[in-house]
Amino acid sequence: MAKTMGDQGGKLGQKMSDLGDRVQGSQAWNSIFRPGSVFRKGYTDSPRNRSYVIMNSVLYHLHPVKVKRHAVKVSYTLCLGGLSFFLFILLTITGIFLMFFYRPTAAQAWDDMYALHTSVTFGLLVRNMHRWGAHLMVLSVFLHMARVFYHGAYKPPREFNWVIGVILLTLTLLLSFTGYLLPWDQLALWAVTVGTNMMGFTPVFGDQVRFVLLGGSEIGTDTLIRWYVLHVLFVPFVTVIFLAIHFWRVRKDGGISGPL
Amino acid sequence: MTEIPEHLRKRAEEARQKAAAKKAEAAGGDDAAADSAPAAGDEASSRIPAHLLERSKAAKAKAAGGGDSGGGGAVDTTAGAAAAVATAAPPPSATGPQGHTQRLLTVVKAGSIQDVKATPTDKVHVWPHLIAVEFVSALAITAFTLIFSIFVNAPLLALANVNDTPNPAKAPWYFLGLQELLVMFHPMVAGVTIPGMGIFLLILAPYIDRNPSNKPEDRKFAISLFTVQLMFWAVLTIISSFFRGPGYNFIMPWTDGLFFEL
Repeated sequence: MAKTMGDQGGKLGQKMSDLGDRVQGSQAWNSIFRPGSVFRKGYTDSPRNRSYVIMNSVLYHLHPVKVKRHAVKVSYTLCLGGLSFFLFILLTITGIFLMFFYRPTAAQAWDDMYALHTSVTFGLLVRNMHRWGAHLMVLSVFLHMARVFYHGAYKPPREFNWVIGVILLTLTLLLSFTGYLLPWDQLALWAVTVGTNMMGFTPVFGDQVRFVLLGGSEIGTDTLIRWYVLHVLFVPFVTVIFLAIHFWRVRKDGGISGPL
Repeated sequence: MTEIPEHLRKRAEEARQKAAAKKAEAAGGDDAAADSAPAAGDEASSRIPAHLLERSKAAKAKAAGGGDSGGGGAVDTTAGAAAAVATAAPPPSATGPQGHTQRLLTVVKAGSIQDVKATPTDKVHVWPHLIAVEFVSALAITAFTLIFSIFVNAPLLALANVNDTPNPAKAPWYFLGLQELLVMFHPMVAGVTIPGMGIFLLILAPYIDRNPSNKPEDRKFAISLFTVQLMFWAVLTIISSFFRGPGYNFIMPWTDGLFFEL
């Protein structure tokens, strides 16, 4: 680009590229980007460098250097697993934002939500993203399960990863359901009432289950703090552990299944 | 195909030029040396003392002479030839008939000594092929969520009031199938037994389904069973979401309106 410009432009371009070379040649830069990184000086598109990009970066925790050709076909996976994971990340980010403006007590929760809508910059937008993202995640996890079933991808050697997947589906529902109470409006209260009443019919220890979940015999402030901690810490923590096992098993079981 | 990085190519070129220059210099020196002392060059370059070299040459010549009766063939003749020129040439390297330095003894096929299990598969690099797909889909879902969130607000109804039961009171949409079951079954069956059994059967699916094929034409029973379950569940959820109104009675959404909040 610098070449097409005039004489002065050429000089400036030369200076800029010198500066770029100096930054890319610096020790700091090379300590950040490991050999093979696309950001390193002299990166060219070669098979060896393509391998290094994965092998020498944090991505190696998630992906192997190479995958079966059919595994990158969007028409096979529809990206559903990846999208579920990405929505989980999106929900974590928007959720952390919401945590700054929310106090989980019956006296303050609804007012905080209202203030979030009216006086927090982008508060309403971020809350919307959190809510719609959550519904979308339940949907995508569900569709991911259906996709895996229809491809027979739960068959050996992937039986156990299917089990992990069913646990993750349950955890996703729990994540969504515990978050449902937090706005502390009529919708939240009564949806959760219906849900927890059903759990109260667990044989033998139904009442105890309900008592532990509600932190009392009725939904109130104690329920709110309990579900808040479940929603923002406990269930995400367990989910992350199972996600790690899930992804690790995908690789150990020989990558994704198929082709049919 | 394989592109060598620019800086590596330059470095290699420099090294090659340097080597060529050195070679030319050495050749010039050699010419002078060869004129004056043709045979001495090799012996001078080796660090072995001259008298030891002489002794080993003599021993080799002797061995070659003695070994005539026992051995034979190519090695012997070369040894003999070497012995003949031993006084003039440096000690012979183990060179075969046509100047080969090695002999083919036997050919061992890979399969006979090792079991090759890995069959080559058609693979592609994760970078850029998979990463690009993932990145684009992540961008797409973010854009979708963002744009949807700009235009559609999440519900925030009135402050929770334990004394004001809405009519109807509905669970979140993913539990509405269960709530619909409540109409037909005892709450313990609808709320605990059926979902519990459902999760349990889902977990057991790979251990129940012993059919090893993943081809749809071989799995007609599994696929139809799963599809029936899915449809059953979807129909229950849709009925409960849109066709249940006040008192959880059956309604038509197009005449009585929607009683559904996400």
